[in-house]
Amino acid sequence: MSSAMNVAAVEKKTEASRPWALWLRQVGAIFRLELRKNLFGKRAILLYLLALFPVLLMALLAMVENADIRANFNEANEVFSAIFQGLILRTVVFFGCAWMFMNLFRGEVVDRSLHYYFLCPVRREVLVVGKYISGLVSAILLFLLTTIGSIFFFYLAGYPASTQFLMNGPGLGQVFTYVGITVLACVGYGAVFMAIGLFFRNPIVPALVVYGWEFINFLLPPVLKKISVIHYLQSLTPIPMSEGPFAVIAEPTPAWIAIPGLIIFTLSVLAVASVRIRRMEIRYGGE
Amino acid sequence: METPRTPEQMIIFEDVSKFYGDILGVNRVNLAIAPGITSLVGPNGSGKTTLMNLMTGLLRPTRGRISIQGVSTNDPERLFKRVGYCAQFDSFPRGTTGRSFIRNYLSVHGYERKEADELTERALERVGLQYAADRKVGGYSKGMRQRIRLGQSIAHNPSVLILDEPLNGLDPMARAETIRLFRQLAAEGLHLILSSHILHEVDMMSDSVVLINNGYIVAEGDIHGVRDEMEEHPMQILVRCDKPSRLAARLFEHDHIVEARLHEDRGGLFIKTRDADKFYVLLNKIVLEEKLSVESVAPADDDLNAVYQYLIGSEGAS
Repeated sequence: MSSAMNVAAVEKKTEASRPWALWLRQVGAIFRLELRKNLFGKRAILLYLLALFPVLLMALLAMVENADIRANFNEANEVFSAIFQGLILRTVVFFGCAWMFMNLFRGEVVDRSLHYYFLCPVRREVLVVGKYISGLVSAILLFLLTTIGSIFFFYLAGYPASTQFLMNGPGLGQVFTYVGITVLACVGYGAVFMAIGLFFRNPIVPALVVYGWEFINFLLPPVLKKISVIHYLQSLTPIPMSEGPFAVIAEPTPAWIAIPGLIIFTLSVLAVASVRIRRMEIRYGGE
Repeated sequence: METPRTPEQMIIFEDVSKFYGDILGVNRVNLAIAPGITSLVGPNGSGKTTLMNLMTGLLRPTRGRISIQGVSTNDPERLFKRVGYCAQFDSFPRGTTGRSFIRNYLSVHGYERKEADELTERALERVGLQYAADRKVGGYSKGMRQRIRLGQSIAHNPSVLILDEPLNGLDPMARAETIRLFRQLAAEGLHLILSSHILHEVDMMSDSVVLINNGYIVAEGDIHGVRDEMEEHPMQILVRCDKPSRLAARLFEHDHIVEARLHEDRGGLFIKTRDADKFYVLLNKIVLEEKLSVESVAPADDDLNAVYQYLIGSEGAS
């Protein structure tokens, strides 16, 4: 039987089966390949260092005796909220997601290996989904380690009273909220940075622009605040942080709007990324 | 009579142009490539790789349309079930072994694990790399990397195989093996499109050629057919016989003979003629009349190298 006939038979068989089954299999294959690269590739070293930095910092703090802040839970909660928002969310998760998600496509362009995916019988949208999910799972695994590790060392290490606060008091609810915010941050920033990696040859500058936009969010009028990821994440934090005397005060977005809002925003960015990748050409020489 | 081919059997370029900003890639390409081995020949930067990248959707045409066996290059899901492309990029995903390189992309195709494993083994066998399959590709020689990329491009049994400089970096043994594999694949009914600088190898294995220069198609088709159409370059024929001077004298009586020159060993005659068919009829007549003893009659410039020199020049040819 000729090759052309073989192909026709395979196509007929594939077309007869549901395309969703094939797409899911392809997403699974891309996910497995990318997960390995994200977590065990050379580029992951920077991510591990970034993710472990707050944990090591909290561990160091835990070793310092007379850490008075932890004697007063209200004060301790405020301190941790500040650390979470300033260090974990705005720095570790932000730059970690930037590095990981921008490299999903850009990294392969630099390595000159993206064409192998483009030469597979896979819809480019499926490639976007597979890569995004792999980045998301990798980011969540790493940065949950950061959040949970930091909470562990900040509240629990050597403090029976704070253990009581977390296990039997309101602390556990707060832990889940921090975990949820970390996950949502990965969801939102991940989509933004993956799209940036697809649109820009040098994504560092646009990433810094996004950082600037997120950083000055407290100065923006309420309408513009909503065009950012940090606004929705801050609205969800269990203990609001003072933004200083120059901040433009805006009503925090309720969780029932913030969470779906962030997800809709993410899906929109992914849709834009899918349109972009459909028109993308492989021209490594010109990169 | 040969049955006319349908678009489902052909690779078709319809008025295709590609510009990189202001720079011309290829311009107004109209081609219909039939199954068999077709070689793209031209100097560096002539547009061969651009043409191949357009065929595989890695580049999008600025103008025109391309279809591969009836499938648009904008439809990767259908296109790459039937197309394999061994590009010129000598790069691989980091840390991959030969086996995982082939198997991983087969899994992206959607093959189940068992089927992907079987196809991987078959591809490794075809390119003779089973012995090194579990070694990192980063440690492969250039020839091995070339072969593993070839293996990856044929692993899913495509009906169209596009190969950009597939013989680069291969040692003579591997070249011979690879050419044999190409012939075998063509005999199985595959469309094989390849580019090469090695003209005698292209000449040896191609059913047809596409000559390209500065982004324009200069000539296409069976190499002998292309040569026949080049009327501005008289055909050169070498006749080895016992009385070359007598033959020359008789030939000069005819207008279509442009030149007749004695061979260095005086045992033959180089003839340039504007009409090869008329010449062969005339030669038969002279041989009978003059009772010449003819050892051989062979075209001296009816090969790709000559056609290339006439149409493009010596730039880039080897």
